[in-house]
Amino acid sequence: MNLLHPARQTAPSGLRKILHFHWPLALLIASVAGIGFLMLYSVAGGTMAPWASAQIWRFSIGFALMFAVAMTPIEVWKHAAIPAYLVALVLLILVPFIGISHGSAKRWLDLGVFVIQPSEVMKIALVMVLAFYYDLLGEKRISNPLTLIIPLALIALPFWLILQQPDLGTAGLLLAGGAVMLFIAGVSLWYFAAIIAAGIGMIIAVIYTKGTEYQLLKDYQYRRIETFLDPSGSPYDDGYHITQSKISLGSGGVSGQGFMQGTQSRGNFLPEKHTDFIFAIWGEEFGFIGGLSLLGIYVLIVVFCVVAALRCKDRFCALLIVGIAATFFFYFAVNMSMVMGLIPVVGVPLPFVSYGGSAMLVLLFSFGLIQSAHIHKGGGR
Amino acid sequence: MRKKATQDKPKTPRLPRRAFVLGGVQAIVAAAIGGRMYQLGVKQNDQYRLLAEENRISIRLLSPSRGLIYDRGGDLLARNAHLYTVEMISEQVREPEKILGRLAQIIPLSAARIAEIMTEIKKQQAFIPVTIARDLRWEDIAAISANAPSLPGVIPRLSFNREYPVRDAFCHTIGYVGAVSEADLDADITADPLLRIPDFKIGKVGIEETLEDSLRGAAGSKQVEVNASGRVIRELSRTEPRAGINAQITVGRRLQNYALRALGTHIGSAVVMDVRNGDILALASTPTFDPNIFLKPLSQKTWAGLNDPRARPLINKATSGIYPPGSTFKMVVALAALEDGLVSADEKIHCGGSLDISNRKFHCWKEGGHGAVNLRRALRESCDVFFYTMATRLGIEKITAMANRLGLGITPDIALSSAKAGLTPTKAWKQRVKGEGWYLGDTANSSIGQGFVLASPLQLAIMTARIASGRAVNTRLINSAGGQIIAAPNPAPLAINPQHLALIREGMFDVTNHKRGTAYKSRIAQTGSEMAGKTGTSQVRRIRAAERESGVIKNKDLEWNQRDHALFVGFAPYDAPRFALSVVIEHGGSGSAIAAPIARDIMLRTLELGRSGYGAFPKDRKQQI
Repeated sequence: MNLLHPARQTAPSGLRKILHFHWPLALLIASVAGIGFLMLYSVAGGTMAPWASAQIWRFSIGFALMFAVAMTPIEVWKHAAIPAYLVALVLLILVPFIGISHGSAKRWLDLGVFVIQPSEVMKIALVMVLAFYYDLLGEKRISNPLTLIIPLALIALPFWLILQQPDLGTAGLLLAGGAVMLFIAGVSLWYFAAIIAAGIGMIIAVIYTKGTEYQLLKDYQYRRIETFLDPSGSPYDDGYHITQSKISLGSGGVSGQGFMQGTQSRGNFLPEKHTDFIFAIWGEEFGFIGGLSLLGIYVLIVVFCVVAALRCKDRFCALLIVGIAATFFFYFAVNMSMVMGLIPVVGVPLPFVSYGGSAMLVLLFSFGLIQSAHIHKGGGR
Repeated sequence: MRKKATQDKPKTPRLPRRAFVLGGVQAIVAAAIGGRMYQLGVKQNDQYRLLAEENRISIRLLSPSRGLIYDRGGDLLARNAHLYTVEMISEQVREPEKILGRLAQIIPLSAARIAEIMTEIKKQQAFIPVTIARDLRWEDIAAISANAPSLPGVIPRLSFNREYPVRDAFCHTIGYVGAVSEADLDADITADPLLRIPDFKIGKVGIEETLEDSLRGAAGSKQVEVNASGRVIRELSRTEPRAGINAQITVGRRLQNYALRALGTHIGSAVVMDVRNGDILALASTPTFDPNIFLKPLSQKTWAGLNDPRARPLINKATSGIYPPGSTFKMVVALAALEDGLVSADEKIHCGGSLDISNRKFHCWKEGGHGAVNLRRALRESCDVFFYTMATRLGIEKITAMANRLGLGITPDIALSSAKAGLTPTKAWKQRVKGEGWYLGDTANSSIGQGFVLASPLQLAIMTARIASGRAVNTRLINSAGGQIIAAPNPAPLAINPQHLALIREGMFDVTNHKRGTAYKSRIAQTGSEMAGKTGTSQVRRIRAAERESGVIKNKDLEWNQRDHALFVGFAPYDAPRFALSVVIEHGGSGSAIAAPIARDIMLRTLELGRSGYGAFPKDRKQQI
């Protein structure tokens, strides 16, 4: 029995699952969310409304969702991988037709109860479906060109759809998430070398075609890249975001200006201070120490996940956990880098801190998957 | 089985190995992010803290109120009028167009104007107020305030505008204020921050320009904490502005108005001054304009009118109009000759109607000539031949030296930048400018105030005042500033033989009081108030020999700009000179027929105002200045 079904034997059942729940991980997530509540309270000028209370409400629902997902056997989720991918794909296809526009971008779907961003759903669905595929494939023929066609198509299709919205940032993150899955699964490094070479060629093409009628990016995307390279060029446009967030972070110093004392936040100098740029306010009010602590918690979450993945006795679970952890890593790394002016402005929220429902629910759901994998295939204590 | 199992399992599973590589890459990225935090928050903290302060604290300038300008009698010539303006802050309004429609029921707003405002609103950032209407009456503002609840975002605002209550009378003397130009910013070495305030006005012309530094005052400031949209959250500190210093000029409103009326529709100017201290009592130039028009955008037509090449209303002709002085220059020549001992009071010179100098015939204005004339009669009847003769004796340098002593050819010391130096020629000047040598004929022309000689009406008044007083009178235009009387130093004696001056004055007395004087018709008959003077009729064209033979064309038959300038200078009372004046009518015709009567009227009015204590400042208003 043991030899044939080693995993099943160790898998807990019923209320015993709660003991196998990865409590430290959940605690870290809750503490990050707590930082989020604190900041949303601060940027609203010391009131729960309009952001903090709504965020607490959402997080509570999401946390319960995570718990529910965790309790559900991982096999259920494994078999849900393909349907989840298809649902996400359908949602993405629907976006151009019935989506909601904000400015020139059409990225959201109104589902009646709440508004979701299908590209966020797709990030996780893609990880699930790729984990499922490479679990199915085993460790053989991974680098066979024929076996590569399916995963590449699985990545390329949503990538192209998201690019049309247009949302270069999310599309890029999706691509990176897919690449990580392929990398972890063991696809030959020569492919990555080839893709990196192609990527460099692409960048050259993008720059070279600028201004011609064949240009590969939209004008606003070029502008974002330009303002990133020289933020002082247009202080009241995109560059203004970067300049102001750097001022916020820089003026925080070692220990920050104190809770609710950030002048950049109070004076509204920082746009989107409650969403994508909330990290700048955290840095302004709690300084270098605060910023580093938050980064530390995030890194710890990823470390816990990877450790859990390595202890997993199931290939699907390991791939899933590493994939989700990598996606999570991309969220905070890209957001922080953007806020600190290391990369161009892309619309990526700071996970569990930025105000917003879509990303938080999706992330809590995926951490539910990690918990489920850990509980059911974690190899026990 | 066993063998196969070992084959299946790689030495190290690929997944953990790759996960380790991935973790390594992530660790590097995380380290870079942490390093960036350190760089921004710790290493560059000072720099960013400063930038945050710059964001937060905004220094707003407070404009001072501009100094007022009073006339001699204490009447206001320039004040700061309340100006009611209505503005709209579009971010406070959901449908600005609808609100404007409501507003149009209270104040006149055309549909076109509303469209204009709408484009302006769309152009501006939402928190910046957009002006809807200016120059509103107090009643309009009251009505808008009463309807405030239905007019969100509509803000009535009180501001100050420079206003000239006497309208056009002092347009050239007081001048006007205007927007700061790029050139003004370059010229202002003190870099007064006030100049950078939008809508700030500085003196452009006249006293407004000359006294700019004292009238302007100094900027105050307030430090305010602002948010990103520029809205003030609270005031941190405040320094009140220092108001500009009030000024009073020596010109009186009543005489100024009278002089303008006396000039009437003529294009010309009149200057009245006090010979004792140089006080400018009237400085009139026609036509005038209303300086208040510059507060609003000018229409094409108005602008064209202001720049009419013939009337040139913008030009202060009293200070910057320079004309050949004609016969009014003869006093200079006579004085030079007397001082040099080249002529005596009794010497008679025969005038046969012309004089040959270097093979050229120089004509006297009187065909047939005056016969034997002495100096006094030469002035009285303005005999040209007498002065041609003096010219041949003197030479140009001595004439010019005397002209300069009497204030000609030198920029008058007056608080107006428009004052011009005119021209008193020398041989060196002609060589330099014309590249020609000096001819005796040039001296002859100069001796009757023609040729190269040019003088402004102000200079002619100064010359007359000096002859009348025997002192080197200078002008005085600013009476007081900030309540302090600005006293002029007592003018020094001219160092001209008083007997010679007396002789000149006698000649001038005869001009207006002798039956054969050129301005006898314009005499002041009242004993003790007699005016002495000198007419001048200066040619602006050359009369050719052929024309002289067929008879000189009458002025009225000539084109306006070919007609002679009519001049008159004079002083009164003759016995105890108190006032000097000059009148110049551009292309007016003859000095005795046109300029002299105007001068006589102005002088009469001056004397009349002088008797009733002209210049006394009402005691009860003294505090205002």
